[in-house]
Amino acid sequence: MLRYLSKRLAYMVATVLAVCALTFFLMNIIPGGTAELILKHTVLELEEIPTDEQIAEISSQYNLHDPLYVQFGRWLANALHGDLGDSYIQKKPVSYLLLLRLPATIMLAFTAMSIAILIGIPLGILCAVRENRFTDYLLRIVTLIGVSMPGFWLALLLILFFSVTLKLFPVAGYGELKYLVLPAVALSAHSLALTLRMVRTGMLEVMGQPYIAFAVSKGLSARYVILRHALKNALLPTITVLGMSLGHMLGGAVVIESIFSWPGVGSLLVDAISGRDIPLVLGCVLTIVGVFVTINLLVDLVYTYLDPRIRYG
Amino acid sequence: MIMKSINITKSHLFYPHRIKWASYHRIMANRTVAICLVLLAAMVFLALIAPWIAPYDPNDIDLKASLMSPTTEHWLGTDHLGRDILSRLLYGATTSFSIAISVVIFALTMGIILGGAAGYFSGIPDDIISRVIDLFLSFPSMIFALAIVGALGSSVLNLILALSLVHWASYARLMRGQVLSIKSNDYVSSARVMGASDCRILVKHILPNALSPVIVLATLDMGHVILSAAALSFLGLGIPPSIPEWGSMLNAGKEFMRTAPYLTLFPGMAITMTVVLFSLLGDGFREILDPESEVNGLVAS
Repeated sequence: MLRYLSKRLAYMVATVLAVCALTFFLMNIIPGGTAELILKHTVLELEEIPTDEQIAEISSQYNLHDPLYVQFGRWLANALHGDLGDSYIQKKPVSYLLLLRLPATIMLAFTAMSIAILIGIPLGILCAVRENRFTDYLLRIVTLIGVSMPGFWLALLLILFFSVTLKLFPVAGYGELKYLVLPAVALSAHSLALTLRMVRTGMLEVMGQPYIAFAVSKGLSARYVILRHALKNALLPTITVLGMSLGHMLGGAVVIESIFSWPGVGSLLVDAISGRDIPLVLGCVLTIVGVFVTINLLVDLVYTYLDPRIRYG
Repeated sequence: MIMKSINITKSHLFYPHRIKWASYHRIMANRTVAICLVLLAAMVFLALIAPWIAPYDPNDIDLKASLMSPTTEHWLGTDHLGRDILSRLLYGATTSFSIAISVVIFALTMGIILGGAAGYFSGIPDDIISRVIDLFLSFPSMIFALAIVGALGSSVLNLILALSLVHWASYARLMRGQVLSIKSNDYVSSARVMGASDCRILVKHILPNALSPVIVLATLDMGHVILSAAALSFLGLGIPPSIPEWGSMLNAGKEFMRTAPYLTLFPGMAITMTVVLFSLLGDGFREILDPESEVNGLVAS
């Protein structure tokens, strides 16, 4: 187990590093653009063209003349000491900006995941119990649409219906519970549909097992058999899917956050990318990918706990 | 039913390529699949003939007719610049389909080659390729695609490149598993004994038998790619504004939600419908071609 864990940890670090390195080199593919962009966003007026001196000055200030691998090495060395550099545009430390934005994203993702689990699992059981009846068909159609619908379109429809027409929830903002509802619902739809689907399939599979028939023939109530015998085993594959759908959620959060002006890491990343603010992009990618691989490791570990048949060597 | 499957296995033993024709009839016998195929074919056809059937030029600006609700002149209304929504939707279909098809073909080819090589030549090549596959599958694809498109700039080609780069790994992993299980079959050993080269064995004997689940994944992936492309252009990062695209139409429409809600309705409906069709088609293909696989999990992330 310890060997497996250390291998996984090493692998995690390698993944995060590789993604950061790839992002860094890709962001730098357009040569000479960086200094010009920094200038455009800070000193210059909109249509002004930077002079060569200005570019040279900025380049030496940010060490942009060094070869890329030296620049990346420097970033990495600093990052290991907890210093992610300063944002080119906002002129503040990247780690400060990230810490400022991280709670909002965590809150949004956590709420969305809770919605997906708390609604998806009971509805999945309902579908399995009522297999091939009206409820099952209806929920399966809704699920299919939920998986296929772009999260950002659902977000727009929610705004259209609940904010513009009914005026129940605000269009955008942050701070109170009423601001959280629409983005969390929009973000949760995909995972909810996936959870429902997985629970349904898992339940149907488990319900066909001999031990369920045995439990029923023992005279246990249907409720007890479903909740205690079937659900426990049916949930295993669901957990993997939830771990994976977290990746989807982090990606979706980027779009949802920018629609609702939610001050999270996702909208920070979009702004950073639009402004080609390389240190900020790297910081966001590092955070998001780091969170994602950590959670997937945790999911795998929970799996060994839930299913003793699985052993990692 | 039993007779049918025996027949297939028999012909399959001698002529591996025959299985395709056996599958063709089974595909058409499945009603959902047939309906999806017909509808998607119709959509692709409409996308192809968009320049001839679109009532207006999709980029024709007519400020006098801006933000018009659906009328007989403009069936689906006009946007804030007076551009005809129906025409933009049709041209947008061309954009979405060509992006999705290019990405899937590119990712598929890359996945088949790398995954096939990894599965067939075990040892060091397999180790290296498998590590790279794992690497690409272990982070949120959307974030990486976003970073690539952001870095390279908005263009259709960059979007295709970015999405292919994040999509190939699931094909490679699937293909590797397929090849690993197929290469231990007797017909592969006998081909080798008869002196067939590695290349011939891979292309003539392994590939045709490994393709079914890959086709299922590719079908499901089409919808997934359309969604990602729409999300990227919704953020204004995927496609330059001059090219009509469903995602960017939604982005433009969201500013006018109060006065012109139909701007956010139609493009979203087009995306959802296309993705639903591809996902039904993929599920149907799986039922027919590869009933025991679990491709679904791969598409989830």
